[in-house]
Amino acid sequence: MAFGRSSRKKTPVEPVTLKILVAGGFGVGKTTLVGAVSEIRPLRTEEVLTEAGRPVDDLHGVEAKTTTTVAMDFGRITLREDLVLYLFGTPGQDRFWFLWDELAQGALGAVVLADTRRLEDSFAAIDYFERRGIPFTVAVNCFEGARRYPVETVRAALDLDPEVELVLCDARDRESVKSVLVAVVEHALVLADRAHASAAT
Amino acid sequence: MSDAAERGRPGRENPGRATAVPHHWYDDEAGPVVRPYAMTRGRTSAAGRHRLDLIAVVVPEPAADDPGRDQSLSPEHVEIVERCSEQPQSIAELAAGLDLPVGVVRVLVGDLVDEELVHVTRPVPPAQLPDVSILREVINGLRAL
Repeated sequence: MAFGRSSRKKTPVEPVTLKILVAGGFGVGKTTLVGAVSEIRPLRTEEVLTEAGRPVDDLHGVEAKTTTTVAMDFGRITLREDLVLYLFGTPGQDRFWFLWDELAQGALGAVVLADTRRLEDSFAAIDYFERRGIPFTVAVNCFEGARRYPVETVRAALDLDPEVELVLCDARDRESVKSVLVAVVEHALVLADRAHASAAT
Repeated sequence: MSDAAERGRPGRENPGRATAVPHHWYDDEAGPVVRPYAMTRGRTSAAGRHRLDLIAVVVPEPAADDPGRDQSLSPEHVEIVERCSEQPQSIAELAAGLDLPVGVVRVLVGDLVDEELVHVTRPVPPAQLPDVSILREVINGLRAL
């Protein structure tokens, strides 16, 4: 076995781990966003699904196919040795929603990444997080060449609750993505504070 | 979907393998030679345990000092312990690093927990937000990046 015995002597640090989800339509830049802040190249993890009769998995023409592979890209940010934040890009296709439930469990919050040219792609994600009461922030990825709209116009088009933040971002830019993540956690903090306050009264 | 997944998939490259062994009739596109759940002897979940979260961290116990010695462990079990000995890793990281489906890693880690070779940290309980002080630390940590 090729492992260093000496390194075993010190007790490994057990980090507190947290996760933020990154949702949005296919090709909106979820993995790019994860890669912009992750200390590791975004990794891909796969779940092989074999359950029969998963809804709307149209196997017409490929009837012999009995398994489906769902991929999730994720990145890691070590905030401190004992505090690690993971970012998970949610599978883009609607038919993998049952995986979202698992991903969303214990998630600290979510980013809904939107493209103004295909806003309707983000409706599903917004609806999902609203229903589950998961704190989220909408980040409009400003693609080059895409027309810019005023924030208020996009908010109205998405029918966002007043307290949900909407920010413009560049998913390739580390600083930009950092501020998106800060916005998500700040929103989570407001909600957590409120929950504590109402629990106290 | 799976085509796109294969193309975009990082860490799957096997440099030299195709050239060194030119006559193999299979390649990565053909999928693994061993069906993933063969490694778990067909089990898709660990018996009687809560499903391990993707960000649950696997920490080796002192008893895991030489997992290679335990003959009942598969090479994959041993590799999980080794990877975590260097630095405790999450289920998601292990799955990506070992190039195994998450479900397989869950079962294998479950075995190691049963053998008391590792323990697993519990992330924040479901449907419960993390502590306010942790959220503040996350914000400060992100700003300081």
